[in-house]
Parts: sequence; C-alpha cells; structure tokens
Amino acid sequence: MTAAKTLTPPVAHTLAETYDPSGRQAGELMLSPSMQQFAEEAAKLPTEEVIVNMGPSHPAMHGTVRIVLRIDGELIKDADVQIGYLHRGFEKECESSTYSQIFPYVDRLNYVSPMLNNVGFAMAVEKLLGITDQIPERAEYIRVIAGELARVADHLTCIFASLSELGGLTTFFYGNMAREHIWDLLEDLSGARLTHSYARIGGVAWDLTDGFAEKTRAKLVKVRHYIADIRKLVERNRIFLDRMEGVGFISAADAISYGITGPTLRGCGVDYDIRKDQPYSVYDHFDFDVPIADGCDNLARYLVRIEELEQSMKIIEQALVQIPPGPVIIDDPIVALPAKREVYNSIEGMIAHFKLIMDGIQVPPGEAYSYTEGGNGELGFYVVSDGTGRPYKCRCRPPCFYTTSALRQMIVGANIADVVPIFGSINMIGGECDR
Amino acid sequence: MAQRVLDILQQRVPDAIIEAGSYVGDEMALVERDQLLSVLTLLRDDPELDFSMLTDLTVVDWLELSPRFEVIYQLYSVRLKHRVRIKVGVDEARPEVPTATSLWFAAAWAEREAWDLYGVRFTGHPDLRRILMYDEFKGHPLRKDYPQNARQPLIRRPDAPSTDDQTTRLLANSHDRRTE
Repeated sequence: MTAAKTLTPPVAHTLAETYDPSGRQAGELMLSPSMQQFAEEAAKLPTEEVIVNMGPSHPAMHGTVRIVLRIDGELIKDADVQIGYLHRGFEKECESSTYSQIFPYVDRLNYVSPMLNNVGFAMAVEKLLGITDQIPERAEYIRVIAGELARVADHLTCIFASLSELGGLTTFFYGNMAREHIWDLLEDLSGARLTHSYARIGGVAWDLTDGFAEKTRAKLVKVRHYIADIRKLVERNRIFLDRMEGVGFISAADAISYGITGPTLRGCGVDYDIRKDQPYSVYDHFDFDVPIADGCDNLARYLVRIEELEQSMKIIEQALVQIPPGPVIIDDPIVALPAKREVYNSIEGMIAHFKLIMDGIQVPPGEAYSYTEGGNGELGFYVVSDGTGRPYKCRCRPPCFYTTSALRQMIVGANIADVVPIFGSINMIGGECDR
Repeated sequence: MAQRVLDILQQRVPDAIIEAGSYVGDEMALVERDQLLSVLTLLRDDPELDFSMLTDLTVVDWLELSPRFEVIYQLYSVRLKHRVRIKVGVDEARPEVPTATSLWFAAAWAEREAWDLYGVRFTGHPDLRRILMYDEFKGHPLRKDYPQNARQPLIRRPDAPSTDDQTTRLLANSHDRRTE
C-alpha cells in the first residue's frame, strides 16, 4: 500500500454522469505540488511487516474470534483465524443428558435462530427412531412457520449487524425493530424470546396460540416495511457498494471444497438449498424460490440474504393458510409425554411420565445423520445411540465452522478495514462455531 | 439413490470395502485404513460419484471395542445430490489416518477438531494444532475415558487445590465414573 494510492481514491462508477471530459474526474483529489511530492516520496519508503491481533475483545469479532494478522501497511499478507473462545463442551454434555434434555443446549448453538436448531435436532432423533413419517402434519406446519420466522430473525441480524459495523447505524435500528416483531411472535408461541426449547421429539410442545395467524400477518406487513426501508437506505449507497462489491471474494469451487453451505454458497452462484434439493418436513408443499447471486463477494451474500427474507415470509403466509387441524405431537407413549390429565389420574400415565423423564426416550441402537437448512447453511446432527435414553454421541455439524475456516482465504490480500465487512457477511455465530 | 454409490464402490474397489450397508436411509461403507485415501480420491474424482463436498468429519470413540475409534466422513455431491458416509476404524495403539486435506479444504479444520477432541492424528496434515481447546490443555476431552467433570482452568486461584492433581485423580477414576 503506497501513500499515493491512499490520497487518490478510485473514481466511483455511480458518479459517472458527473464525469468532466475536460480534465479531472469526479471524486479525484487535487493535490498541491508540495503534497504531490510528499506522496511520491512516501511511496518509496521501505515498509515493514507487523503482526496485529484482532479480537477476541474486538466489537466486530463478537468476542469469540481472534485473528492474528500479518500486515504490510494496510495490506493483509497472512492471517490465522483462531476460534474456540465460546467452547462449552456441547457434545460432552449431550452424552450424559436424555434426548429431551438436549433441547435447551441446541437452543444455545445458533442463538440467533434457535427454532431451526430445535427442529434439526428433533428430526435427527426421529430419523433414528424411524418415526419421521408419523409426525402429525399440523406439527410439521408449525415447525415450518416457527423455523422460517427464526430464519427471518437470523438473516435480519446478520444484515443489520454488519451494516452497523460499516457505519449505517440507522439500518441497525430499523432491523432491530423488525426483529423485535419476529421475537414478539416467537415469544407468543413459545413463551421465551431467545431460547425457545419449543420442539419436542415427535412434534412440538403445544399448539399455536389464539389468533396467531392474524398476528403474524399483521407483523409481517410491518417487517416488510422495515426491510424496504433498509434496502432503500443502502442499496444505492456508494459507501455501502464500495465496501461490499468485490470484497471477500471466494470462488464457487473453493466454497464447495471448504464445505460452505447456505447463503454464503448461494452467493457464489451455487444452487444448493436443502429445502429444495432434499425436501424435508412439508417444504415441498410451498411455492418459493431459492435466490442465487453470482458475485462471490460481500454484496452477493447480502443480496441473497435480503431476498431470502421475502421468500421465508412467503412460506410463512402459505403455511398459515394451508395448516390443517389435528394433534401437534405424535400419539406414541414411548416417545411423547402423556397428557397431564392422565398423569394425575391414572397409574399408567404416571409411570409413563416418570419413565420418560427419568430414563428418557429409549432409542434403538444405530446411527443417523440428519440435515436441515439452518440460518447459515446445512445444519447436521449425527446421533449415535447405544439403545439407552442418552445418546452415545451427538455431533452437531455447524455450518459456520466450515464457513469460518474459509475466512483466511477471503481476507488475505484485503485491507484491514475489509476484515469487518467480510467477517460480518459470513455471519459467524460463536455459539454454533465453538459449541 | 445412494445405493448406487455403494454398488460402484463394491465394483471398483472390492478389497477396500469391509462392509457396506444402509440404516434409516443413510448409506455407509466401512473401508480399510490403508486404502482410505484411494477410496476418498475415487469418491471425489469419479464423474458418477462426484463427491465435491466433505460435509462433516468426526470420530466415534467405542472404548471397549477394537478398533477403538471410528473416523466418520460425511460426503455430499452438489451436482448429483447424493450422500454417503465413509467410516474407517482406528486402533488405540496407533491412532492415525492419512489426511484428506489434499482432497477437500474442509478437512483442514475438521481434522484439527478431531485431533483436538479425540486425539486421532491425521498424518500429513500441514497444521495439526488444537482448535477448540487451548494449547495447554492435557488430554482429549471427547474421549469416553475423559471424565465429564474434570476441570483444567488456565488461570489458577491461589486458594484452590492444584488443578493438575485434581484432574489426574479424576482421570485415574474415570473408568468407574463412565459405567454408571
């Protein structure tokens, strides 16, 4: 990085209509002769490589990632991304918990969209139990509605957090207001704003609350307004485009090799969305599109996420119309807790309740890998059972672990200031990455 | 659909496949450790298989069984949209498998995690450091003989008992704690 380059910023394409053919281009700095001489001399100065620690105590690093940068001026020569600051031993804890006790743990994996984790884990155990096709249809619809609401919250958080890091604080407030409406709905549904623990093996905990459909429709109108405001604020904004376009490049082939999934992969022009490619639950009942952008950069990832918000809301609206009446949890005393009426009034109900709470759901020995589309990509659970009520192994395949492993390649060759938007655009969630 | 993958494997490398089968819709194959890399290369490069993505890599610790560890590779083909699980047995005396970093970039961090948490070495890995635990950590926490309640704090309180002694004691008693 030379001083001369710092002083003459590139001409913006967006200002092309103000281009003056007689001489200087718009946006170019005029330097006095003495300054020009200074800039030329500065460019010849020898530079030295410096090691800089970015994080973990850095506002843009979420407090959970440390990047050791080897820099020459502003230019990043090499980087070492270090994770693990939020490691809590998720898998070790799971091995001594019953299957139902794991739900609160999975809430805290991706704490921006806990509902999707809930559903992902429940589906893994259901696959192992062989009851995937016996889940009541109403429960599947509720899972889709709750999961897509969580996805909206997840993408909104990623977008407004990274925009605020670029200096667009207004979008942060607008996005927060929109997310607040989503959280109101999820609170209405589950009783908790952040850690819902709402899914159960075999269905969901309870039915939708009264008037949930009307409330959701009304809230989604407001959310759409906020999203439209955010888009108007940033999408033709020169500062935003300069920071996002062409920054954080990763090719499609590299992204696949790194195991990147979700919006980051779709921002590389690869059409891979598990909801479409290997439909699970009732996703094949809905009409929705999978947005693709082929820029392979920050802007492409932003565009994919902002369009997915609309698609998710479309799914929610269709689901609210299509949702059938019926039970919300499987009618199987080996899997689901009996009704409270039976627990208090019959010995069979009491025993069933006691056994399920103390010993847990008895899962036949075997192993299963179940995959769902989480907020950041393929959220997989690999569960190994030894026939008891506790998993022998419960592995979570965290989408952002693999995305973060590609961060080094994305930031080497960029400027220090680009680390923040690149890191924001891959939406690394510490709870999920470090487990 | 993925049954075809297993059929192709059985045809091409019959010696390398110890066992192949399917459970609850997941196709899997247990392969010989010596031929692991050639099987993985075949899976990635053959146009009929085309497993372009290493979705996940993990280890299962079977403790009493022999071989003790099983390294699990979850593969996915973005183009053909099929999946397969490859397993390889690793004994406790020589917990080593060849690295897959030359085949998929994803293996770089995944293998670091497997080494960190299970202590399975990936020979030829360019940078096999701990990733989730800190460098001073002793042992491999997800092994079944590592007690769940062992603590190894990095910063010690002067009034607390020496954490090394405590952990050593816990590690020594681990066999009893495991079989509850």
